[in-house]
Amino acid sequence: MQDDRSAGLSSALTALDERRKGPQTAPAQRPTRRGKLSLAQRIRRDWVMLLLILPGLLFFVVFQYLPLLGNIVAFENYLPFVGFINSPWVGWDNFAAVFTDPSVWQAIANTLILFGLQLVLFFPAPIALALLLNSLAGETVKRFVQSVIYLPHFIGWVIIVSICQQILGGGGVLPHLLGAIGLPQVNLMTSPGAFKWLLVGQVVWKDSGWGTIIFLAALLNIDPTLYEAARVDGAGRARQLWHVTLPGITGIIILLLILRLGTVLTVGFEQIILQRDNVGPAAGEVLDTWVYFHGLAGGQWGEATAVGLVKLIVGAALIVGANRVAHLFGQDGLYR
Amino acid sequence: VSAQSTAARPRRRSAPDRTGAVERAVRLVLLALIVAIVVYPMISVVSTSLSSQAEVSKSGGLVFFPLHPTLSAYVSIFRGGIVTRALVISVLLTLVGTALSLAVTAAMAYGLSRRSVVFSRPILRLVILALLVSPGIIPSYLLVKQLRLLDTYASLVLPNLVVAFNLIVLRNFFMNIPTEILESAHIDGAGDFGIFVRIVLPLSKGVMAVIALFYAVSYWNAFFNALLYLNNTTMWPLALILRLYVVQGTALPAGGVSTDNGVPPPVQSLEMAMVVVALVPILLVYPFLQRYFTRGVLTGAVKG
Repeated sequence: MQDDRSAGLSSALTALDERRKGPQTAPAQRPTRRGKLSLAQRIRRDWVMLLLILPGLLFFVVFQYLPLLGNIVAFENYLPFVGFINSPWVGWDNFAAVFTDPSVWQAIANTLILFGLQLVLFFPAPIALALLLNSLAGETVKRFVQSVIYLPHFIGWVIIVSICQQILGGGGVLPHLLGAIGLPQVNLMTSPGAFKWLLVGQVVWKDSGWGTIIFLAALLNIDPTLYEAARVDGAGRARQLWHVTLPGITGIIILLLILRLGTVLTVGFEQIILQRDNVGPAAGEVLDTWVYFHGLAGGQWGEATAVGLVKLIVGAALIVGANRVAHLFGQDGLYR
Repeated sequence: VSAQSTAARPRRRSAPDRTGAVERAVRLVLLALIVAIVVYPMISVVSTSLSSQAEVSKSGGLVFFPLHPTLSAYVSIFRGGIVTRALVISVLLTLVGTALSLAVTAAMAYGLSRRSVVFSRPILRLVILALLVSPGIIPSYLLVKQLRLLDTYASLVLPNLVVAFNLIVLRNFFMNIPTEILESAHIDGAGDFGIFVRIVLPLSKGVMAVIALFYAVSYWNAFFNALLYLNNTTMWPLALILRLYVVQGTALPAGGVSTDNGVPPPVQSLEMAMVVVALVPILLVYPFLQRYFTRGVLTGAVKG
């Protein structure tokens, strides 16, 4: 999911970029007449295109933007049977309640720790894997490994968690093996101390293969003559890696790193909601699951919406900030 | 095929010494290990679903290779009704949802693929902003409730009808179709819709297949929307049934499983049979589409 989003954002970047590069693919006959047509004439000319856009546009307005109004509940004592229009207004009370609630701080701490673990253990995995694949000479082996390691990306979290329980859970393979060699039978699925490592391990299994796509593409774009020049200058494999390969993918690494920093508060909702009850909220609650368990399941509508709203605003601010940082590094970032 | 592989060949020849061979061996072993870590869980899930109680207890829950394979777990779950119903729901939901999502996404992507189209730039900005701002669980729930979509299958399709990432990938692909082709069709008298259906779509089969796979997989695997919006458990799709009976370990009700001879199949086999039922459609479709990923359909936009 995460990497879909990152890839999507970099595509978005290119989409906005086109404006600077100027039109190179638009049908030529249209822009020339553009200035002379009135708005009504242009609408009449493009009505088919507008009609094709309409259903999708309706979706974005209704299901992406209209719900933002629902955040009003963050300032209300929301009563489901009264509706959010008539529920009593309480101002900032929900926010005050939320930020004095230790379980929220616990969730924030868990979110940040998990983000840190993912950054250190998951983020480099696709890069290392891509470099390993790239160093293979044979196309056949490379293609085969690629098709195998992309597969887990398409397997849903419910299935992955089910399989994990069979392998690592009580009565599973791992405790069985540990018991066979005389060690205590640890159940990794229900041990709070191991929980965050388990989550990161699952993400690594699911998405490090898929994550290589973007890096492999960047590696293919490195000019082969650079390697030749390096070899002529007497550079061995290691030095070629350091002086040609890595500089060739630094741009995309920085971009993805920045995009990732912009999503600090989002650490994998479906995956955690499936397993949080195995270890309880102290070890397993993150911000998104707090919103679900306290709001929809627990009836603290106002507080949960307040947490969601803060998360939304902080998230947006982080992305804007991350973009500034990208500019400092001389990268385009998401937009300029 | 790639520039990289041609660049790698002379490098290999210039390092015929033993360290090069060792290095290559280490690399291959490492890759074999990675492939094994990916494949092992899937093989053993299938094996366990085919095993008898004796084999399951002997191996500690997950069988690597069943010596006496039996289909009794599958017979049980399919005869019981619950899994069969959930499977039918999931298949229909995936087919209908994917068709709708693909149609709406492709139409919008085409509409936005020509920059001269009036309003296309602000609409595109709206789409890109949606990548950055997601509405949140509770506001989405309130909207679905307000629209009276709770306990309807529409609540599993409409809130995720278009994925902005897919839309942008398709749009970028459509924009790279050579203008000459579109213009000659225009001169031949084809309208915007005719160009879309007869020229653009046939030229985009590969990328459309990939986007269809993305949508199909997300409909197939989705459980959270159903958990949120469907109170009626008889409407639940397979993924949510899997969560209830496998992840949460709820015992299948007596009506949910039936047996031939009074000896029920081992719980692990039943659970893993359910996992296999959820896994197989993905494994069946994937081989036909994976070649598009290695061909770089998706990364056309990433210029490094």
